[in-house]
Amino acid sequence: MKTDPFKPTLVYTIYIASTPEKVWQALASAEFSQRYFFGNSVEVDLRIGGAYIVRTPDGALHISGEVIECEPDRKLTVTFNVNWPALVEKLGPTLVTYEIEPAGDAVRLTLTEAHDRPISDDILSGGRSGWPAILSSLKSLLETGQAMVIKMEPPKQMLAALKKLGIATP
Amino acid sequence: MLKPAFNYISYIETTAEALWDALTSSEFTTRYWFDTSVISDWKVGSPVALVIRGLTTDVGEVLEADRPRRLAYTFHHILNERAMRERPSRVTFVLEPRDNIVKLTVTHEGFADDSVVFDGISKGWPAILSSLKSLLESGKPLVIPFDVLDIAELDETFHA
Repeated sequence: MKTDPFKPTLVYTIYIASTPEKVWQALASAEFSQRYFFGNSVEVDLRIGGAYIVRTPDGALHISGEVIECEPDRKLTVTFNVNWPALVEKLGPTLVTYEIEPAGDAVRLTLTEAHDRPISDDILSGGRSGWPAILSSLKSLLETGQAMVIKMEPPKQMLAALKKLGIATP
Repeated sequence: MLKPAFNYISYIETTAEALWDALTSSEFTTRYWFDTSVISDWKVGSPVALVIRGLTTDVGEVLEADRPRRLAYTFHHILNERAMRERPSRVTFVLEPRDNIVKLTVTHEGFADDSVVFDGISKGWPAILSSLKSLLESGKPLVIPFDVLDIAELDETFHA
């Protein structure tokens, strides 16, 4: 897949007192991800073209995608498509990149969400509120051993915008 | 919102009061904010100064101070030649507690399109706010060398 047409809509950088290896493991492990990703589990086949799947706590398929770039402990790029009918057809694929860099005694983790066409701020608001919560919890888990229990309001603005486009949401 | 603007959300396991104090007391800020003292009496209209080891880097004025919910001040860099010619920007902190977690939203806005300060703060805030979260949750700030931020314009100033 060509990533050139994808333009970043969100860049979130967080520094974590950890090692690149541990951050990589946290991003790619089902058991670990359940603890910081609102109970969702990431299942990823870590090779280019491998499947990238996120399941909700009840086991349902929430996000499906494919590994686009895979440099262990450094960079993981995946397509990250929420499994709601007509979503990809109407909005195109979502690309998510995690970059891991050493930063002194810490690690800099940079998340980038990108799209290949213009997406409204209303729709982007979902990721803009969700990613900081997920990555804040990931940082706490790696540093203190305890993930956060963050109660989030449903992303009303995003859900209303999707509904208007005829995309069915749960 | 005025563009370009920097927005950052962090969830921190702490109380709004402890987070407020960490944002407004030099005793705390020197530990997580690249050794910076943030000096003010935090009354609306009062001056604010950011001082690194005796060197004042930024000055401003308190616009809002509603402990422990909302803090805003203007922000004018005065050390770097290019940055000091820019108009002052504005930074706002909103603290929203829920159970044992505070959602901190930082908005820094009011920059010119080609602002060098905007580049600097966009790289600086994630490091500062990450270290703040570590300090409040684990008692230990992060050790992040200033160089890794790769702020070309301001690096020259600090190393001059």
